[in-house]
Amino acid sequence: MKKVITGNHTVSFGVKSARVEVIAAYPITPQTEVVEKLSEMVADGELKARFIKVESEHSAMAACIGASATGARAFTATSSQGLALMHEMLHWATGARVPVVMANINRSLGPPWNIWSEQTDSLSQRDTGWLQFYCENNQEILDTIIQAFKICEKVSLPGMVVLDAFYHSHTAEPVDIPDQKLVDRFLPPYNPEYKLDINDPHTFGGLTGPEYYYELRYKIQKAMVESVDIIKSVGKEYGNMTGRNYGLIEEYKTTGAKQLLVASGAMAETAKDAIDILRKKNKKVGLLRVRAFRPFPKEDLKKAMSKAEVVGVIDRNISLGNEGIFFQEIKSALYNEKRRPAIYGFIAGLGGRDVLEDEIVRIAEDISKRSFKKEITWVGAKI
Amino acid sequence: MKKPVSGKKSIKQIKFKKAGDMPPVAISLASMLYNKTGKWRSIRPVIDLNKCTSCMLCWKFCPDVAIKNIDGKPYIDLDYCKGCAICIEECPVKAVRVEEEKK
Repeated sequence: MKKVITGNHTVSFGVKSARVEVIAAYPITPQTEVVEKLSEMVADGELKARFIKVESEHSAMAACIGASATGARAFTATSSQGLALMHEMLHWATGARVPVVMANINRSLGPPWNIWSEQTDSLSQRDTGWLQFYCENNQEILDTIIQAFKICEKVSLPGMVVLDAFYHSHTAEPVDIPDQKLVDRFLPPYNPEYKLDINDPHTFGGLTGPEYYYELRYKIQKAMVESVDIIKSVGKEYGNMTGRNYGLIEEYKTTGAKQLLVASGAMAETAKDAIDILRKKNKKVGLLRVRAFRPFPKEDLKKAMSKAEVVGVIDRNISLGNEGIFFQEIKSALYNEKRRPAIYGFIAGLGGRDVLEDEIVRIAEDISKRSFKKEITWVGAKI
Repeated sequence: MKKPVSGKKSIKQIKFKKAGDMPPVAISLASMLYNKTGKWRSIRPVIDLNKCTSCMLCWKFCPDVAIKNIDGKPYIDLDYCKGCAICIEECPVKAVRVEEEKK
């Protein structure tokens, strides 16, 4: 069934398709519509779930962890400051190995107060052990929500589906929602091996000394590494069902490309238009879109960059005091490679500043010049 | 992998040799029915059932699920009560009083 819906409502419909059983959330712009729609679905009886109203995002995540530990499929959504407040519970969800799925709508952190798109909120949660998927358009948001439950439940780790404030959240696009029977076959009910049971009570996450904590961390890392293949196989299975295939990265017009741009989120779609313009001018430029940030697609990126001479990474985020976060991660992935491309970082669109296709065209043209040596460029900043 | 055993009475610590033997979640392998955790209590709540109005607020607020609802009346399970006194604080008719735990 095709619907014209905003990114926020796309998340709600994805959650409904996944037959989520518990939703606990606290409203924050631009996420509010996600849970508004879900509460409506629950109130109308369209979605058989418990909707828990909570006093903060910290409590929302705590409620999701508790629900998931009993074997229920749990979901929350948040943004920016709300995600930052959840931080402690994000670590808890990973350590408890509960496959909670959340949607985070990328929004800048204040002050100054700003409700527009920037990835620094979710990338600040890089080390919490959550899988992170950055979506390009509303269709991918729907598809990724459904896949995220399957992937996360297979590896017993929580996952974050990330979309951009306003570019996705408040922009309506046509979205194909797969038939419920197909989704039910793709995503069977969650039934974990270990769960809370009042008739057979066990302590979960109790005190664990240095003799075992270390191994439990190793097991989380191992599950993260294993999730790489699981993301690919689940993406393929979903593709067989809907015709839409997904991996950890997407290569766009990279055949024969000497120069590559790297982008993520909504900006990647603009970058594709820029690549089309450049290809028409016979420039050998391609785009790598990073979809999965955790686990980080090291091998896929190394392979995709093996023939490139120069790479420009566009980051709508910044690790203050260093550089763009995708830029850092990509450089470190390539460090031990014998043949490495030159690589330059571009900060762009912080606080929801539009990144236009002619700016991306200029980035590609700049890095193609042999004289270009600037490691970090602030695109379009009035400096 | 060693599985948690339902109704296992022993609470002896189990040793693991390798990460692969451990369950993914830090979970107590023995059932908590046999791991009494109320030993470190220094005070105990005592309910006066004559004053109790069966509002069950104590049952609702007990953070350790140590208050049982038996036929609409609250009973404190001293095997698990830690003596936090939240039930004393929450009781609207002051039917719960505190007693020193005798060592």
